[in-house]
Amino acid sequence: MEKLKEKTPIDRIWDFFASVKLAIVIFALIGLTSIVGTVVEQQVTEAKNIEVISKIFGSSAAPAIYNALDALGFMDMYRSWWFTTLLGLFAANLLICSIDRFPAIWRLVRTPIKPLEKEHIKGMSIKREFVLKGSPDKLKAAAEAAMKAAGFRPSESKEAGEVQLYSEKGRMSRLGIYVTHFSILIILIGAIIGVFLGFKGGLNLPEGSSYSVAFARTGPATNEAVREREIIISATESAGGSVAAAAESLGVGEDRLRARMKELGMEPLDFIIRCDDFEVEFYDKSDMPKSYTSLLTVMDGGREVLKKWITVNDPLKYKGFTFYQSSYGLMPDKADVRFILRLTSPSGQSETLRVRQGEKFLIPGTKLEVTAADFSPALSFDEAGRPFTYNEMMNNPAVHLDITSAGAEEVHKWVLKRYPDTGTLASGHFIQLLDIWGGQYTGLQVRRDPGVWVVYLGCLLMSIGLYVVFFLSHRRIWISLHGAKGSVTVTLGASANKNREALERKATKIESLLREGGK
Amino acid sequence: MDSSFFFGVSTVAYILAMMAYITYIAFKNLNIGRAATAFTITGFLLQSIGILSRWKEFYDLSGMGWLRSAPLTNLYESLIFFVWCLILTYLVVEFKYKNRSFGAFVTPVAGLALAFIDLSGMSKEIQPLVPALQSNWLLVHVMMSFIAYAMFALSFSTALMYLITTTHKKTEGSYIFWTVMLGVFAAVLAAMGLDFLKFKLVAATPEALIKSYLFKATFSNASPLISVLSYMAALGLVFAVWNYGSILKKLIGAFGISDKTLDEITYKSIAIGFPIFTLGGLIFGAIWADQAWGVYWSWDPKETWSLITWFVYAFFLHARTLRGWRGHKAAVVAVIGFVAVIFTYLGVNLLLSGLHAYGSQ
Ligand code: HEM
Repeated sequence: MEKLKEKTPIDRIWDFFASVKLAIVIFALIGLTSIVGTVVEQQVTEAKNIEVISKIFGSSAAPAIYNALDALGFMDMYRSWWFTTLLGLFAANLLICSIDRFPAIWRLVRTPIKPLEKEHIKGMSIKREFVLKGSPDKLKAAAEAAMKAAGFRPSESKEAGEVQLYSEKGRMSRLGIYVTHFSILIILIGAIIGVFLGFKGGLNLPEGSSYSVAFARTGPATNEAVREREIIISATESAGGSVAAAAESLGVGEDRLRARMKELGMEPLDFIIRCDDFEVEFYDKSDMPKSYTSLLTVMDGGREVLKKWITVNDPLKYKGFTFYQSSYGLMPDKADVRFILRLTSPSGQSETLRVRQGEKFLIPGTKLEVTAADFSPALSFDEAGRPFTYNEMMNNPAVHLDITSAGAEEVHKWVLKRYPDTGTLASGHFIQLLDIWGGQYTGLQVRRDPGVWVVYLGCLLMSIGLYVVFFLSHRRIWISLHGAKGSVTVTLGASANKNREALERKATKIESLLREGGK
Repeated sequence: MDSSFFFGVSTVAYILAMMAYITYIAFKNLNIGRAATAFTITGFLLQSIGILSRWKEFYDLSGMGWLRSAPLTNLYESLIFFVWCLILTYLVVEFKYKNRSFGAFVTPVAGLALAFIDLSGMSKEIQPLVPALQSNWLLVHVMMSFIAYAMFALSFSTALMYLITTTHKKTEGSYIFWTVMLGVFAAVLAAMGLDFLKFKLVAATPEALIKSYLFKATFSNASPLISVLSYMAALGLVFAVWNYGSILKKLIGAFGISDKTLDEITYKSIAIGFPIFTLGGLIFGAIWADQAWGVYWSWDPKETWSLITWFVYAFFLHARTLRGWRGHKAAVVAVIGFVAVIFTYLGVNLLLSGLHAYGSQ
């Protein structure tokens, strides 16, 4: 008899969190609110979302709907308090539900299979009963062989007039569900570690420049803050990236400096990262990018410790930080660029030159004097043949050369990197534009996430757990041989928590082997 | 012979298979049934050759290694791969359940999908990969996602057949669910067809057509009259399906697939699709995003919709295991799950924007 106990409030809270109904409500709430979050764009300007809403509900209703959704936090919903709360409830539900059911499963997993009463065997979902002729010993051996052939290793028990063989497989597979649920919790823990202890930001690193900090997405933008940032950046940079040394030179404590950097939206790297080169490649002569790559150098303790070409799917990792290639662009101030040119003479000799903007050079063996006067990051020509820049990215770079020779008129010429033919001079020389260096920055995404390995561990556990849940099962089988020489009643019973048909086929196989073997 | 030649011939094979399956159901002639299977297998093999030869074409063009040249990078290629997975799954079911009737349902889907891909003028060009897509994870991620989608598509069709053949009263919730569902589906398709007829010359690509002109010919027409009429026509269509649903019931009833088998296939295909989707779609997708952008999860619409889909199927599994949902209720959830799949796959690309490749640029 079960005793009826008064439920304490704690029991009630426990039951609430252990219920599967709550899980279903939470599933539905997360799903439905997420749909809204995919329709309105997250963290964008008001105008953009009003436009989106206008398209669905018409422009007259849009501002009111926008305001209502905004008040509810839908414009940045995945960070809103209520969505975080939903995720928290989900985790609590999962945890408590698992704890609640664990003892029963654990008992099942710990107790190995035992012989059963014949009546029980007959009550199994898979059952066979038939009478065979032959000696009990011979039949027992046949039954053993049949079970082995079906992949079971039988144990044996004897009672008056009855022999029972029984065996089981995959008992531990019942834990698969717990591994699966547990892995979800681990992933959530990993995500939380990332949010609280990690850093996500960026760094626009000009070719030839180095930095010892990365920047958060947000930070104070007042004049004083900007000035303070510059002071700290130059202090850490001259300290070789070391925050401790920088703090000493500024006369403050290291912890104090770190905290201040956080407030200013900066993340100290504790080393220096430099961009030596950035290249973007395009498919043929189109503007479809084929690859972005940057040559990065890490300097730590005054030495170069790492040098790597990173590309979009191949970041650089150092001391917990990861630098991803994420964008690129032209420096707003284009003063200090260098043109890397290859000059080929009519006889085929060639040399590579690095010239600054405005710098003159002489073509050997001639009186021609060339000035690299100007450049365009992406040059095109209009219908009238006038050049114009169609893009502020370095898509189709070109250098503008002024060519003078004593007594002759000055010649102007655009030489395009993508179209080497443009570099042919009247004298038979050939100038090729190899690169414009120093005019671009590489846009790096910088991340430090100590939780990512926890997340990956969770993913691994989830894969294992799901495999166990869906592809393994706990199968049990009993065969009782009852009776005397000449007429033995065979009772077979089996059960599986998954994929019953497979076990049913095994039972059939065992039966037919036994019928043959007993003869 | 290039890949599109093989795709063309396999389309024909699937359509022949469809006719053979229907004849087989009508006359129960075993030889016709065998012919139907033979057509399907032939179509499948030709399509496989087509996919491989496109792979080779891509490889020769991109010079980027085999793993990165998998033909799975745009809508055209992914739809073809989806059809391939669907047919493969069907063939497995046919051999396992020794039941051919189902083919009459799957081969037309395959044939029509391939014909649609061809007729819609969807870009068949082999496009070079933008840098973010140049990852080995892309292959496993996309491939496994589509295998899972094919499993979900199968569960969707068995669940729908289950609902169609086992609902009797017009006032029954499940009956209303499937008729309204099919009615809305037909209305949306018809409206898109009208958009296509009206604007196909204006829009540069089918993607642009759907993005800029969706329902402009009907529901969101500039003229309020046409808009109201369209809504009424759509309502009429839904009503017609609801009213004449029993015809469909007779038709599918003729396939002679037992309710239990349908219910079982629905569950089994979800039970296989779910772990594949979890691993390939969610986990490998997260790893890839982590490598390319430095965030394993950013709540962009594609990711969020994958998660919603995942929740719907998790809901299905729990409802079935814990609450013993079988039959109608389970079938309704399976149908909703596939609607979420379609939205994840097409809706996000075409209707919402995101980081992801398909249709977002
Ligand atoms: C999205 C998150 C979840 C996933 C992916 C998940 C996954 C699973 C899977 C795959 C199964 C096995 C189903 C089957 O046998 O067919 C299962 C069973 C179960 N789940 Fe979840 N689950 C999730 C969340 C939850 C939550 C929040 C609860 C809390 C109530 C819960 C409670 C259970 C229980 C009680 C079972 C049955 C265990 C048993 O059979 O002994 N699950 N879950």
